[in-house]
Order: sequence, then C-alpha cells, then structure tokens
Amino acid sequence: MKYSYYPGCSLESGAVEYDLSSREVLRLLGVELAEIPDWTCCGASAVEPVSSLLTLALPARNLALAEREVPDADMLVPCSACYLNHLRVERECGADRKLAARVNEALSAEGLSRSGTVRVRHLLDVLFRDVGPERVGQAVVRRLEGLTAAPYYGCQVLRPYPLFDDPERPASMTPLLKALGVEVLDWDMGGRCCGASLMATKRDAALALVSAILDAASGADLIVTVCPMCQMNLEAYQKEAIRSGGRGRPVSVLYLPQLMGLALGLSEDDVLLGKNLAVTDTLLGKLRAPEAAEV
Amino acid sequence: MNQRSEAVSLPAAVTIAADAAALAEIQDMVRACMQCGTCSASCPNAPAMDHTPRSLWRMLLLGLVDEVLESRTFWLCSACYSCTLRCPRGLPLTAAMAALKRLAASDGRSADRKRGLFYEDFMRNVEKNGRVRETELMLHYFLDMRDPLLPLEYTPLGLKLLRKGKLHLGGSGQLGRLGPLFAKVREMEARP
Repeated sequence: MKYSYYPGCSLESGAVEYDLSSREVLRLLGVELAEIPDWTCCGASAVEPVSSLLTLALPARNLALAEREVPDADMLVPCSACYLNHLRVERECGADRKLAARVNEALSAEGLSRSGTVRVRHLLDVLFRDVGPERVGQAVVRRLEGLTAAPYYGCQVLRPYPLFDDPERPASMTPLLKALGVEVLDWDMGGRCCGASLMATKRDAALALVSAILDAASGADLIVTVCPMCQMNLEAYQKEAIRSGGRGRPVSVLYLPQLMGLALGLSEDDVLLGKNLAVTDTLLGKLRAPEAAEV
Repeated sequence: MNQRSEAVSLPAAVTIAADAAALAEIQDMVRACMQCGTCSASCPNAPAMDHTPRSLWRMLLLGLVDEVLESRTFWLCSACYSCTLRCPRGLPLTAAMAALKRLAASDGRSADRKRGLFYEDFMRNVEKNGRVRETELMLHYFLDMRDPLLPLEYTPLGLKLLRKGKLHLGGSGQLGRLGPLFAKVREMEARP
C-alpha cells in the first residue's frame, strides 16, 4: 500500500506529534508514504470567507503536484480541514467542467494542471478500510487493557461528504480501538463540532461547545481525535472550558495514531506524548502499569 | 477577494455590481428553502446567533440585505456542515454562510471588516509564507484588531505552545511560493 502524503501546516508545528505518530504507525503497518514535494497551505478554514476561487485553487495546486510526483497513488491526509479542502476540489471540479477549467487556469500561473486522477483519503479512512482492524490487531504487541476511550471525530472528516462512516453517529474508530484492547465509551458527541476557528474569533461560543464535549467524556480515560483543530480546542482550552461552566473534569486528549503507536510497541517518546497539552497522571499511570500486558 | 491588497483597486461602481451579483448568487443558493428549520435545530452555534439560520434565509429572500449583512449569524458559522448534511432540500447552506462572510467583508463597513480580519490576516500569512506561520499570523491579527486586551487572552496558550516547542519562530521554506497563484486568482476574480 502506497500513498502520497499531505501533512498540512499544523502537522509541522502545533500537531507535530500527529505527524510523527502517523508516519511511524503507518510504517509499522506496512504502509508506504511519499510526502508531496513543495506542498503548500490548503487555505484551512480561513480561505472560503476570503475567496471562492482560491478555496479550490490552493488545494488543487497540491493535487496537481501529487499527480505529477506520485502518480497512481491515493493522497493520504491526516488533518480533517485539509482533507475536506482537497476533497472539495475532487467533488466540485468533478461535477463542473467549467469550474475545473477555471481552477486549471489559475494553476497555469505556476505551469501546473490537475486532471483529477488522484483520490483524496483521510488517515482514518485508510486505517479503517484499507489497513483494517484485523491487521492492526495482528500488529499489536502490547494490549492497552483497562483504558476507556471516547472516540472524537469532529465535523469535516465526514461532513458534508460521508465517504466511509455515518456522519451523525460515526463508529469507524471503534473496531480500531478495540483491536488495541481499549474499551470504547458509548457516547453521542463524537460527531459534534468543537467550535473550530470560532475559538479565535468568538471564544465564548466555542468554549460552550468544548465544555459540552468534555462533560460527556467524563466516563472515559481519554478522548481520541483525528484532527489537529479538534485536538487543540479540546486540550489547550480545556481548563478555560471547565472554568467557564462545564461540569467536566480534566481528561487526556490523544491523537488516534499516538494511542495506536503505544499498542504497536512505540515508546511515549516515540509518539511525542510530551508534546500533548492534556495528559493526566491517571492516564500515564494506567499506560505504565504492568498489567498493560505484553502480547 | 482581498480588498486591501495593492494588486486590485476597483472603482466603486464595479464593486457594487460585483456585490449585487454575489448577493443574487447567495439568494439562489437558498431559493428553495421551505422554512422547515432543520438548519437552525442542527446548528451548534444557534444559541449565540442574533437570527437563526432559518430566519436569515427568509430575510435574504425578502431582500432585507442590510439586516442580513449586519447580523452576526454567519460570522458564527463554524463550518461543521450539520445544516448542509441535513437540509431536506439539499441546499449548500454552509457555503452560503461563507459567501455571506465574503460579501460582508467586501462591503467594507467597519464593524463587518473587523469580524473578517482573522480570515484575511490568515490568508495574507499564507500568501507570504506558502505555509501558515502562526506566530506571525497572531501578531498581525492583534495589530489589526487594535484591541490591547486581545493578546492577553492568547498569552497562556502562546506560552504553553512555546514551552512545548510547537511554535514556528523562523521563516518558511515556501516563502513567496504562492505569490504567482494568488496574483493570478486576484486577476481572475477582478474580471467583470
């Protein structure tokens, strides 16, 4: 299995632990990645309020590079906002040839052109459908027994294009987590919005959403995420959200491949656990307990 | 797009015509709205809005343009796509919210401009660096917002990230890489 890889800007800085643990876990699962050379920002969630053409042209530039540099491979994207921005080009330009031509006219400024041969795939989609829980289970060397996780999917990984899971009540993380030996919290907040960039522009509105998610995760040892924006909102603003009226208590928040990496034999340092902003002593104690059995 | 950039300065009449076309396009996006309210019930940010999404679509179709553009409803859209997913008419409601943000920002009234500044600063940062450099982005945002208390809100997070070695302090290897693409898009969007 080979994919072109688009890390996106946040995986170079605020979400460096997501980048490294994704690369390591995929390597352990026999997945080959070729990072797209010269990739640039996809516009994140800020481009659509500024320019409709740029909303498609920015990700289209990366898709054109992927086509040229890593042909015949799907493009794997761990960040949900990056994923949706690139997927929108595939969907909207695929349905409208005039629009596709307009986007290519913009790309001509760089001597690039996109023909639409690259499929865009989220990391979770690849883990769930291409690798599969069975193969993950076979690669586990240390079952994470005694942990309960609240799988948090966020919005843009399944909306508006639910390609691999139910966008109202997503469940694709459940078999993957169970393959690690982790118990899964039965909750209905997995697909709720974390506030996204409202945390920068309308803090109170975003804090209310984060509060509700943290409250609902009270029964879990950790929340597991697949998006740098969700991760940041849930971990960095946790204290503020709890202070602002949430009834929740501090809860650890880890990226899915970080947790997978620990079960696949990587150390806490290997998955950069020290970079996370919300890791409780309770979780560390459970992770380090001898009963987290070697297989 | 970016009205403050030097590359495009359009005569007022052209801007008004472009805005009228943009407005008509947004009205078309919600033309088939049957006022069922599924969007409002699905919106996680509706409690913080001055008009519910359902009301906003009705106001838009009734031509209450000033009231719509003065509303903070679309600035509170966090692009979760719940309304788009559930709309029984299949309307692109999240895209309509983004289009309203674009229209309000180009409309140029000061209150609205301030609300769109984060997005504009973000994209200026991308244009310059090729990849987002968040330290520089936040600095420009604070300067543009002219609110001396705003940086204080972000200080705890900034320090946390700095301690974890998660902030870019240097430049980008992609510096200037997106200049030609941005210039081309600007030229294409300025065509009548």
